[in-house]
Amino acid sequence: MADLENSTDDSIIICEDVHKWFDDFHVLRGITTSFERAEKVVICGPSGSGKSTFIRTINRLETHQRGRIIVDGIELSDDLRNIERIRQEVGMVFQQFNLFPHLTVLENITLSPIWVKKTARSQAESEALALLERVGIEEHAHKLPAQISGGQQQRVAIARALAMQPRIMLFDEPTSALDPEMINEVLDVMRELAASGMTMLVVTHEMGFAREVADRIIFMDEGKIVEEAPPAVFFDNPQNERTQLFISQTLQH
Amino acid sequence: MEERESNQAIRPPTASKNILQWLKENLFNTWYNTLLTFLAAGFLYVVLTGILTWAFTEANWGVIPANLQIFLVGAYPRAEIWRIWVVIYTLSVLAGLSAGIWGGLALRLALVIGSLGGGIGIIVAFFPIVPWNRLGLLAGVVLLIGSLFWSRRSKGLRPWVLGGWLLSFPWTMIWLHGFGGLATVFTSSWGGLLLTLILAAVGIVVSFPLGVLLALGRRSSLPTIKWASTAYIETVRGVPLVTILFMAQIMVPIFLPDFRIDKILRAMLGITLFSAAYMAENVRGGLQAIPRGQYEAAHALGLNYPLMMLLIILPQALRSVIPAIVGQFISLFKDTSLVAVIGLLDLLGIAKTVIANPDWLGLQAEVYLFAAVVYFVFSYSMSYISQKIEEALGVA
Ligand SMILES: Nc1ncnc2c1ncn2[C@@H]1O[C@H](COP(=O)(O)OP(=O)(O)O)[C@@H](O)[C@H]1O
Ligand SMILES: [Mg+2]
Repeated sequence: MADLENSTDDSIIICEDVHKWFDDFHVLRGITTSFERAEKVVICGPSGSGKSTFIRTINRLETHQRGRIIVDGIELSDDLRNIERIRQEVGMVFQQFNLFPHLTVLENITLSPIWVKKTARSQAESEALALLERVGIEEHAHKLPAQISGGQQQRVAIARALAMQPRIMLFDEPTSALDPEMINEVLDVMRELAASGMTMLVVTHEMGFAREVADRIIFMDEGKIVEEAPPAVFFDNPQNERTQLFISQTLQH
Repeated sequence: MEERESNQAIRPPTASKNILQWLKENLFNTWYNTLLTFLAAGFLYVVLTGILTWAFTEANWGVIPANLQIFLVGAYPRAEIWRIWVVIYTLSVLAGLSAGIWGGLALRLALVIGSLGGGIGIIVAFFPIVPWNRLGLLAGVVLLIGSLFWSRRSKGLRPWVLGGWLLSFPWTMIWLHGFGGLATVFTSSWGGLLLTLILAAVGIVVSFPLGVLLALGRRSSLPTIKWASTAYIETVRGVPLVTILFMAQIMVPIFLPDFRIDKILRAMLGITLFSAAYMAENVRGGLQAIPRGQYEAAHALGLNYPLMMLLIILPQALRSVIPAIVGQFISLFKDTSLVAVIGLLDLLGIAKTVIANPDWLGLQAEVYLFAAVVYFVFSYSMSYISQKIEEALGVA
């Protein structure tokens, strides 16, 4: 259990009593935790428990209204420059891929390096091709997103996020919108990324992936962290009864 | 081998119908369709024979060539018309260069412009006018094609050509108005198709970015900007263009008595501000269709607001509303004819003065038909270009 007291110098993300409301609806109810460099954390929990909202506060796609979030030494506030700096350090992969449909695969990947990081086009392109090779779809570089499969689109989305050379990667249910036969090609890319030492926060229902890759599993319910533990403890000896129920339900089917 | 044969077996049947079969299947397949076909054919026959008989036996087409110059340029002095040619040649060269450098859409646009020029040249050739004009248009087409081939694929010219387009408007105005040793031609003598095209071009080129900004403003999260944009759009959309044109004539001098703003400039202002409100609503329709995930992905990649809008949101939003935007351009082009009510002599205004001329009494039909054909040719060209743009972007 990592909370503020034992957050170390190695903590790359520190969350301290984070609260968020949608109008009157209290979505995040005091989240305190921290994440270490190169740590892989899987976040799970029932639908509507605030998992997406929580990881989206970390790159400020959602604003928190109370508490503090510090990413790589920068505190998230309304200061636009901080937000832009943090977004360059934090890559995000969405459930619906969110590729830009009017741009080719290659252009999707080079867009941000060229315009935000001011990388030379030729360099950005050769880096993008290397990334595409890493995720195994270099032959589709000049296609439009609509011309490749869902699994391939999600791998492009991962490559696109990696092109900014982030230190942290957020994944929000990256395989939930995929046909079953495509889930593994995406999980394989994520496994490889985990092995490369990336800091990863992954919201997922893929418990096999969690058991294999995660250093720690966070279970959320009703806007709170109910339990967090290494996978062995989490699956084999869960402490909280809501966790027990969730695990028994998820592992059944 | 077998595989290939079975593949051939399931090929779609090739359409090898002859005309008679087509007629039978499409026009005479049921008794009521047959009846409708005969009714329509009868109606077309009556109308067409009427029009053609009139056009070839009764109509006095002499009024058109006799007044062609004022139809085209209004009261622009004959001795200075060469300056209009300078402008036409500049634009031809720019269009040709763009087509050569960018290819694709720019090429199609240039071809449309070129064939318009060539077409008008051929028509003009049938009328007894100064031979000079015929050669003039031909020279324009030659310049266009020449610069097209000269600049093929020279990407290095891009910034120059873009700069050229930016400067083309002041360049046009300076030449038309006169500078240095040239005689000044006051805007009060600009007229005819020249004036119509200037008003439409300025209206289109300025109201488009203005409309985009208003649409973004209306969706802004900053209340002042949002309210101001909304109030502007709704106000303008609630007032007829004629009213706005009158107000631009009467109110501007009241509010700014020390400025003597040119009449044509005031008309441009009225048309542009009017069109921008409609443009904004078209663009807003496109913006609404963009899923939230596109904004989120752009934010997550560290794009700031202007970059996100320019690179991600607007390209998608605009291509989905091209037909509506071009429709707005076409109505703007035709609406320029309303400036006749504030005393400007655009193509339609000229048509009215020609009809009022005692030499040409009773020739309304000929004159209005001519004006209608000119409006149609330009409007249809825009519509055609829009279809080509849609095809090129794969949104049709
Ligand atoms: N933009 C929003 N406006 C209002 N309510 C929202 C918004 N986004 C999410 N919610 C609500 O917040 C709760 C948590 O959502 P979410 O973080 O997406 O949950 P999870 O990802 O765990 O399924 C849900 O009840 C959802 O309906
Ligand atoms: Mg979610």
